[in-house]
Amino acid sequence: MLSIQSIIKDYEKHRALNNVSMEIPMGSVFGLLGPNGAGKTSLIRIINQITKADAGEIYFKGEKLQEKHIAHIGYLPEERGLYKKMAVADQIVYLAQLKGLSKHEAEKRAKQWFDRLEMKGWWNKNVEDLSKGMQQKVQFVATVIHQPELLILDEPFSGFDPINAEMIKNEFLNLNKEGTTIIFSSHRMESVEELCSHIALINHSEKILEGKVSDIRKEYSKNHYELTYLNSESVDLNGSLAFQTIGNAISSEGKYTQIIQLNAGHQVNDAIAFLMPKIQFNGIQEIIPSINEIFIDQVKHASA
Amino acid sequence: MKKIALIIQREYLSRVKKKSFIVMTFLGPLLIAAVYALAIYLAVNSEDMADKKKVVVCDETHALSNIIKGNEKYEFNFSNDKLADLKSNFDSSGNDYLLYIPNKGTNFEGIQLYSDKQPSLAFVKYIEKQLENSLTDKKLSENGISKKIIEELNFSLNIETIRFTDEGEEDGNTSASYMIGMFSSILIYMFIFLYGVQVMRGVIEEKNNRIVEVLISSVKPFQLMMGKIVGIALVGLTQFALWVILTTSITGIIGQKFAQDKSKLMNIENKVAASNSDKSEPAVAATEVLSALSTINYPLIVGCFLFYFLGGYLLYSALFAAIGSAVDSESETQQFMMPVTIPLIFSFIISTSTVVNNPDGPIAFWLSLFPLSSPIVMMVRLPFGVPAWEIITSMLLLVLGFFGTVWLAAKIYRTGILMVGKKASWKEISKWLFYKN
Repeated sequence: MLSIQSIIKDYEKHRALNNVSMEIPMGSVFGLLGPNGAGKTSLIRIINQITKADAGEIYFKGEKLQEKHIAHIGYLPEERGLYKKMAVADQIVYLAQLKGLSKHEAEKRAKQWFDRLEMKGWWNKNVEDLSKGMQQKVQFVATVIHQPELLILDEPFSGFDPINAEMIKNEFLNLNKEGTTIIFSSHRMESVEELCSHIALINHSEKILEGKVSDIRKEYSKNHYELTYLNSESVDLNGSLAFQTIGNAISSEGKYTQIIQLNAGHQVNDAIAFLMPKIQFNGIQEIIPSINEIFIDQVKHASA
Repeated sequence: MKKIALIIQREYLSRVKKKSFIVMTFLGPLLIAAVYALAIYLAVNSEDMADKKKVVVCDETHALSNIIKGNEKYEFNFSNDKLADLKSNFDSSGNDYLLYIPNKGTNFEGIQLYSDKQPSLAFVKYIEKQLENSLTDKKLSENGISKKIIEELNFSLNIETIRFTDEGEEDGNTSASYMIGMFSSILIYMFIFLYGVQVMRGVIEEKNNRIVEVLISSVKPFQLMMGKIVGIALVGLTQFALWVILTTSITGIIGQKFAQDKSKLMNIENKVAASNSDKSEPAVAATEVLSALSTINYPLIVGCFLFYFLGGYLLYSALFAAIGSAVDSESETQQFMMPVTIPLIFSFIISTSTVVNNPDGPIAFWLSLFPLSSPIVMMVRLPFGVPAWEIITSMLLLVLGFFGTVWLAAKIYRTGILMVGKKASWKEISKWLFYKN
C-alpha cells in the first residue's frame, strides 16, 4: 500500500526522521509505535503531504506520492477538532467536499453514517452543543466519509471514553475488513498491539523494528516459560540439559513460580519429562513478550 | 481552484449567516440614520429646549441700550443701579449674568461679565461682536464713510479653481476634493482594520479548534489562507454594499418625513438667518461643494477606490493571517500587531494632516507609491488630480506588494498553524521564513 523509503526530515535543531524506511502492506492494520517525540507525527505529516521530507521517497500503491492521493487518504490527527459554531452536517459535507466528493454524494454518505452510528438527531446541531463523545463520532465520520483506501489515525483513542473507544475501534476494524489499510500511531504500545497485524517501532528518529506482530513476538520470545508447582517448599530444579532456571522460585498462596528458559534444540516435553518426578505440577506456560517489553528491550539494547 | 472556491464559500456563508452580521448590517444604517435624525431634531427643537438666559447690564456709558440686543437665547435688561448693589443682589435677582460696562476710554475698556457659571465662548463672542460692530460703525461715520459704502464693502469673494486636464479645462473644487479624499481614505482605513482583524481571528479560531490539521491534510495551507482572506473580503463588500443601500434609503425616508414639515423648516431657516449676521456664507459654500461634487471624475475615483480598497485589504489581511497563525490566542497578538498597525495608522494620520494640505508634496508622492501606505494616501491625493503614470506605478507596486506579503505570510502561516502551545518570538518567526516546507 505504502512504501516509505529512506525518509530524512530535519528541523532546525534536530533530525526528526533519520533514514526511515518501512513497508505498509495492503489491508494491514499497521501500528506505528514509539515514545512521544520519536518522530511518528513527523512521518505521518509527510505521508499526508502536510510537510515535505528533506530526502527519501514515498510510494502509494507503487506510484510516487502526489497531490491526487490526498483524496484516498483519511487522516485523524492527534490534535483534532471541528468548527464549534458550524452545524454538524455542514461540517461533514464541507470536509468531504475538500476531499473531492460532490456535495450530493457527501450528503448521501453522511446520512448513511448518521443512521449507522445513531446520530440522526444531530444533523442541524452546532458542534458546541454536542458532548465530547458525540463530537468524536462526528470527527470519525468526517475522517472516513470519502472512503479512503488508507486511514491514518494518530493516537486515535486518546480522549475517548471506554464505550466510545470500543465503538470506534470496532468501526475501524470493520473498515479494515472491507479492505481499508489502517495506520495506528500511538505511544501507548499496549493500546494497539492487539489490533495490529504489523508494527514498526520508532525511537529517537530511527526505526528500530518492523514486521508482522506474530513474527516479531516469535523472534523476541526468549523461550521463557513460567512454571508453577505445589510443593511445600521450593525445589532445586537445576541439572537438566533441556532448560535452565532464571532467578529463584517465588512463593505465593502456597504455589511456587519459577521462570525457566528452554535451551536451543529442546522441546517443552523434554523439560516436563525432567520435572515430572521432582515436583507437584500446577502448570507451565510460555511467556510471550509484549510489544512494550520488546520495545524497552530494544531501546536498552540500542543505548547499551 | 475548486478547493479555494469551497473555502471561500464556507468563510463567506458562515459569517453572513451569523446573527451578529445581520444585526450589524441593519443596525449600522439605523445608527447612522438615528444620528442624522437626532441632528435634524435638535436643529428643529433646540430653541425650545433651553430657557432664555437673563443678563442684567450695568451700563455706565448709558449709550448702549440700542446696541446690545437680545436673541432667542439671551435677554438683556439695562439697570441704573450701581455695580456694587447689583453684585450683592445677584443671587436673589434671578439673573444669570451680570455685564458691567464702565465708562472708560473710547474703546469700551474694562468690560466684565459676572456669573455663577463659566459663560459659553459663543455668548462672550456674541457680545463682543455687537460692541465691535457698533464701534466700527461709529468710527467709520466719524471719518465720513457712510453706511451705504460699508454695505457695499461687505462682500465675499470666491476663487473658482480650474485644472488643465487631458479633457480640457475642468472645474475643480478644493473643499470637495478634500471631502472625497478624506472620506474614502477613512473608509479604506476602517475596512482594513475591521476585516483584517477578522481574518486574524478566523485563523486563531481554526488553530484553537484544532481543525487546522484536519483541513491541511486536504488542502494546501496557502489555499486555506487565501480562501479565508477572499471569503472575508466578500463579507466586507456585502456588508458595505448593504450599508450604502440601507443608509441611503433610510436617510432618504427620514429626509422626506421632515420635508413634509416644511413650514417648520422654513421657520428655522428664518430664525437662523435673523440671528446670524454671516448667515449666507455657509449656505453658499454648501451649494458650491454640492455643485463641485458633480465635477469630480467619478469613474476614476470609484474605480481607484475599489482597487485600493481591495488591494489594501488583501495586503494587510495576509499579514494579519500570518499573525494569527503565530499565536495561540488573541491576547498574544499584541506584540505582533504593532508593526502591522503602525504603518496603517501612520499613513492615516499623515494623509489626514500633511497630504490633504499638500497633495503634491514629496511626502504625499512617496507614501502614495509605497504599498503599505498607498491605499490610504493615494485616495486622499486622487481628487486633487494625480498624473496617470503615478497612479499606474502605485497600483503596480501595490499588486507587487500584495504578492510579496502573501508569499511572506504564507511561509509564516504554514509553519505557524502547526505550532500549538508554543509561544512564538520574532526571532522564531523570522526563522520560519527560511524553512523548507
